[in-house]
Amino acid sequence: MKSLKAQHHLLADAHEQIEILEHGIDHNETLKLIPFQQKLESSALYPLTPTALEIFQVNVGKMCNQVCKHCHVDAGPDRKEIMTRETMQQCLDILAVNASFKTVDITGGAPELNPDFRWFIKEIKKLDKHIIVRCNLTIILANKKYNDLPEFFREHHIEVVSSLPFYSKDRTDRQRGDGVFEDSIKALQMLNAVGYGMEGSELKLNLVYNPAGAFLPPSQISLESEFKQALKKDFGISFHSLFAITNLPISRFLDYLLKSGNYERYMEKLTAAYNPAAAANVMCRNTLSISWDGFIYDCDFNQMLDLKVDCTSKHISQFSKDVLIHRNIVVNQHCYGCTAGAGSSCGGAVI
Amino acid sequence: MVNHYYNAEDLGKFGNISEFQKPLADKFFAWYSEVFAEGNLSAREKSLIALAVAHAVQCPYCIDAYSSDAFEKGWSEGQMMEAVHVASAIKGGAALVHGVQMMNKVKGIAM
Repeated sequence: MKSLKAQHHLLADAHEQIEILEHGIDHNETLKLIPFQQKLESSALYPLTPTALEIFQVNVGKMCNQVCKHCHVDAGPDRKEIMTRETMQQCLDILAVNASFKTVDITGGAPELNPDFRWFIKEIKKLDKHIIVRCNLTIILANKKYNDLPEFFREHHIEVVSSLPFYSKDRTDRQRGDGVFEDSIKALQMLNAVGYGMEGSELKLNLVYNPAGAFLPPSQISLESEFKQALKKDFGISFHSLFAITNLPISRFLDYLLKSGNYERYMEKLTAAYNPAAAANVMCRNTLSISWDGFIYDCDFNQMLDLKVDCTSKHISQFSKDVLIHRNIVVNQHCYGCTAGAGSSCGGAVI
Repeated sequence: MVNHYYNAEDLGKFGNISEFQKPLADKFFAWYSEVFAEGNLSAREKSLIALAVAHAVQCPYCIDAYSSDAFEKGWSEGQMMEAVHVASAIKGGAALVHGVQMMNKVKGIAM
């Protein structure tokens, strides 16, 4: 499977995605949804503003060894956008002088495919920041040179957050591709073997669930206990927490919704599930998202829709903490994905 | 008045039954929500039971609701179909076991 970009698909264009989100399929206004901005106004949350600058999320590139059907990044082996060491250095310079950023959250694509990934991690560690790596698991087995990633993660006290859409092969492979479940299980066992995910261990291993279809995640707490039971019983695997993340109608998941005829129903479902308590805790309020080429966004979803921050500090070369903390967060209809039900963030449910 | 008995959109209007009789509707919905909460059985297990019963009572609204709910709660297509077979086997068996009653009657009157 190729990325939408490699297929020269209409949805590879962020502008086209926004047109659909704002004006419906064929842009003909057939779907009447309350604008997200209006919903926030009714919860006294508009304009949405940051509460702090705590998490510095860096997307180090769109290249990935997998081509998942729901990927909002449209990542894949054919994506060549990769963060350079110079851009990483600019990020490090910002982190060195901004103590409020306690956590650096590294994502992609498969971040490990960036040739400067390990260098970047070592340099961030020198700044005494907590580091999260969003590891797709299969990368650990993709090539011999990645087999030692569990040891590398342990050595640098990395928190590993990994996608495993379900504890069964069928549902996982349907979303992430044939053979992904088996390789993910092996990779989890390798992480466990070096001490990750064990009860009481400081080596945090958290899993991410996202629905394999046009529906919302069930209760995160119940799901976590089912995942724990099933993975322990069937494969002897342990992990710490499960984050239930809602799929946002962006890129390949938007393509799936449109092709399967589920788009309008899904949007209605997200809108109906709007929860003001979740809206107050959305992750964009304490996070900045940096793209491979150094632009600044409110979150990874806005990044993929090319909605840059609404202030003068749009690129890391113009970074100003003062400007960014006083900005208004850019919202649109896709934001309903983060405020539905118990809410959704890179750390799972928010209430 | 529509000219058919079932309309998919009516499922979303279930709560409107309180329009004609609020106290009983309130009691029903409170009880219903407690029935499906986590208990000695998990909400996930209850969803699969509900799916099977929905087929036994042949309620299209319930089948719509619990097909989605059970799948969302992680039951596979195969598990869900087996649950429907359980409901069907009980329904079929319920009819068939009355064959014994029929036999008793016939044996009582036959020479």
